[in-house]
Amino acid sequence: MAFRNEEDKKAYWSENLSLLAKLLVVWFIVSFGAGILFVDILNEIQFFGFKLGFWFAQQGSIYVFVALIFVYMAKMSAMDKRYGVDEE
Amino acid sequence: MDVQTLTFIIVGATFALYIAIAIWARAGSTNDFYVAGGGVPPVMNGMATAADWMSAASFISMAGLISFMGYDGAVYLMGWTGGYVLLALCLAPYLRKFGKFTVPDFIGDRYYSQTARTVAVFCAIFVCFTYVAGQMRGVGVVFSRFLEVDIVTGVVIGMVIVFFYTVLGGMKGITYTQVAQFCVMIFAYIVPAVFISIMVTGHILPQTGFGATLSDGSGIHMLQKLDNLSVELGFNEYTSGTKSTIDVFFITFALMVGTAGLPHVIVRFFTVPKVHDARKSAGYALAFIAILYTTAPSLAAFARVNMIETINGPEMTGTSYAEAPSWIKNWEQTGLIAFEDKNGDGKMFYSGDERNEMKVDRDIMVLANPEIANLPAWVIALVAAGGVAAALSTSAGLLLVISTSVSHDLLKRNFMPNITDKAELMYARLAAGVAIVIAGYFGINPPGFVAQVVAFAFGLAASSFFPVIIMGIFSKRMNDKGAIAGMISGIAFTAAYIIYFKFVNPAANTPDNWWFGISPEGIGTLGMMVNFIVAFLVFKATDEAPEEIQELVESIRYPKGAGEASAH
Repeated sequence: MAFRNEEDKKAYWSENLSLLAKLLVVWFIVSFGAGILFVDILNEIQFFGFKLGFWFAQQGSIYVFVALIFVYMAKMSAMDKRYGVDEE
Repeated sequence: MDVQTLTFIIVGATFALYIAIAIWARAGSTNDFYVAGGGVPPVMNGMATAADWMSAASFISMAGLISFMGYDGAVYLMGWTGGYVLLALCLAPYLRKFGKFTVPDFIGDRYYSQTARTVAVFCAIFVCFTYVAGQMRGVGVVFSRFLEVDIVTGVVIGMVIVFFYTVLGGMKGITYTQVAQFCVMIFAYIVPAVFISIMVTGHILPQTGFGATLSDGSGIHMLQKLDNLSVELGFNEYTSGTKSTIDVFFITFALMVGTAGLPHVIVRFFTVPKVHDARKSAGYALAFIAILYTTAPSLAAFARVNMIETINGPEMTGTSYAEAPSWIKNWEQTGLIAFEDKNGDGKMFYSGDERNEMKVDRDIMVLANPEIANLPAWVIALVAAGGVAAALSTSAGLLLVISTSVSHDLLKRNFMPNITDKAELMYARLAAGVAIVIAGYFGINPPGFVAQVVAFAFGLAASSFFPVIIMGIFSKRMNDKGAIAGMISGIAFTAAYIIYFKFVNPAANTPDNWWFGISPEGIGTLGMMVNFIVAFLVFKATDEAPEEIQELVESIRYPKGAGEASAH
């Protein structure tokens, strides 16, 4: 393990976990929140010809999912570099 | 040229391409065979994963299902793509770092238990067989409709092709073939959707055409029209569902965690060189999957409007059966469309109430869609090739997991630990061959309850694999006893609930009798919670995992030094 010291290693893991937690909160809000639990309320709003709740359930959540994975990838790579554990 | 000749040419050309790729990329070692030598570039791996992921069910059935379910169809859209997020964030990078070939390998090593490994092997094999039988069936349907051979011949042709490149190429052959199949599949899906979107709304992108106003100058939104039509004909409003909120929630969740535990997709992340690449290829894969998954709901809505208008006519009074368009006659021969003239007026009428005279199978919506919309013959041929590509790519991936489970997890790890690399490769090929024959048999003679068995497979994966893998990564101290007790109680609970409602007492399968209003499709979510809770309680009552296991878990959390996926 090429971490500079034990503290770095602990910090890396807890940073990793907090990033995961944030991304999963967004994941939950767009799918289970906007697409299922609050769908009826959001359906009152018109969005480019869609009812907003319906749009989240059948389109929007999927776009956000793709974005989440790319954000995760970018953040993790930056983190690996910062801690000097990137693979290059 | 007629549709059939064109279909022969296009499907034949794609087959030749797949076989050429298989010969070019044949496997030389077990490492090639299991994980493509661990050296596939992330973009290609992304495409291959997407092809692996999108089965005949995604390509052929999903838009049809949504078309009939309306808003409720979102459970599949969100369930299957959202599960991918869980997989990419919580599982893939760590399993890649762990660096073994299979999921049972991880479970066996992490929980230092042969029992856990064996339970996992049997779960993996069961899940894969369930899937692969469905895929073979998909190939059979496409062949029988478009090439007018019978279903048996269709399945046999599919078996021969898959056999050829799985056995020869292993993961390496499959990966590069899947890249080609992805391109065929996505092109075949997008082209008719774009055509129809332009026809109905004037939008090139089906994703925006879906919400746009109709191009007939009426100024009405497409979805509004579909809602009105649905209500008028006695269906539910298209944009609101019939399932209860809690059921939609639980089904979506079960599909998400079930997909995240699918062994043939997890193994994909062992084929890239580094952890960083595993993250990257997960991103590409979901982006590629999203192309199809965001097109599907618009295709579903367009297809529904078109179908209703063709059958009922512009005035919604029915159209003459004697002058029915050729697609209705063609599909009648396969038994997937049926007309019964109840009021004896010689006109077809489709509705959701007692006036209905049509039986339309939801599986035909994607395949019949280009014909319903009167698209050119080459588009119809292309869709046939796409359906076959989807079925073949997923079957190949599944068969590989089955053969790996048998030769690697069962033979090498349990019975013949001293087997040579060459002999193991031979057994892997042999197992793939046997698996194809069994899958083909189920494709020709599908058990009468395919749909139920699929629900079963998702429930099982959700309630067994997912919690155990998550705990294996995020808890250092979780022990073998907790994991085994969790897996067994999760599976037993889920299986019991499904078997009771689907097989023992199907008459009671109504929302009033379900626990908390959760249908058997969604019960895997509860099973997953049972798994977590039981595992935790048993773990509290027993000793924590030994020191060296805790070090192993520690090591998979950091990316440095992630070598190739390797045998031991």
